[in-house]
Amino acid sequence: MLSSIPTDWIWGLIGGMLIGLGGAVYLLANGRIMGASGIIGGLVDRSGWSTGAERLVFLAGVFALPILLTPLVGAVDTHVTDNWPVIIAAGLLVGIGTRLANGCTSGHGVCGISRLSLRGMVATVFYIMAGGLTVIVFRHILGVI
Amino acid sequence: MRLIYAFIAGGLFGTGLYLSGMTDTTKVQGWLDIFGNWDPTLAFVMGGAILPMAVAWLLVPGRKPLAGGTFPTPPEPKLGRNLVLGSVLFGAGWGLAGLCPGPAIASLSYGGVGGVIFVLAMIAGMAVAPRVRQTLDSAVPAE
Repeated sequence: MLSSIPTDWIWGLIGGMLIGLGGAVYLLANGRIMGASGIIGGLVDRSGWSTGAERLVFLAGVFALPILLTPLVGAVDTHVTDNWPVIIAAGLLVGIGTRLANGCTSGHGVCGISRLSLRGMVATVFYIMAGGLTVIVFRHILGVI
Repeated sequence: MRLIYAFIAGGLFGTGLYLSGMTDTTKVQGWLDIFGNWDPTLAFVMGGAILPMAVAWLLVPGRKPLAGGTFPTPPEPKLGRNLVLGSVLFGAGWGLAGLCPGPAIASLSYGGVGGVIFVLAMIAGMAVAPRVRQTLDSAVPAE
C-alpha cells in the first residue's frame, strides 16, 4: 500500500505538466489565458460570445479526451457526493465566486502564479484557506461531507 | 487554426486533469483537509502545471501569438474586495464538493448525476454573477 502513495504523486506531476502544457499552447498559439471559469463564464453571461467558437472547442477538448482515454487508462471514480443540497450550494458558490474573482484554480492558480501575478497569488491563498476552513467545518465539526 | 489549437489546448488540459487524479473529489478535499488524512497530490499537480506555463510566459515578450492577435496585457495589480470575496466564495464551494470548473467539465462524462448537477448549478451561479457584482459595487464601490 505504501508504494501506491508516491505513484499518485508521480501521476499528479505528469498530469500537472500536461495541464501546464495546455495552458502554454493556449497562450502561445491563441494568445489566450487558460482559465476554465473565464472560458465557461464568458459563454454563460455572453461577454465572450465574440470568441465563442474557440471557447466551445476548448471545452470540447477538455470533455472529450477523458472519454477517449478511459478505455486505455481505466475509469476514474470521482466520488462526487450524493448530497444534492451540498452539490447545488457548491456549484452556485463556485460559479459566483470565480466570476467575481475573475478566475479559479487554472486562471489564478496555474496561469497567474506562473507569471508571478500578485492577484493570482492572493486569490490562490484565499481560495485555499476558504476551502480548508470549509472542509474543517463541514467534515470535522458538522460531519456533512 | 485557432480552433485546432484550442482543441489541442483543451485536450491537454482534460488529459492532465484526468491523469493527475484531480477529477477525484476525495483527492482535492484530501489536500484541503489538513487536520485529516492530508493528501499532497494537488501540490504536485500545481507545481507540474506552473513549470511549462512559466516557460510559456518567458517566451511572450517580443513575440506574437502563432495564430495572430496580441498577447494579453498583465492585469493591474489591484487587490480589491471582489478578488478576495470571490476567491473566498469559490474556495468554500471547492471545499464543499471537491470540484472546480476545469475538473467539473473533464469529469462530466463519468461523474454521474452529481457531476452534472454541479455543472448546472455552477452555470446558474455564473449567470447571476454579473448582477451580484453590480449590486456589490453599487452598495460599496470597490477596486
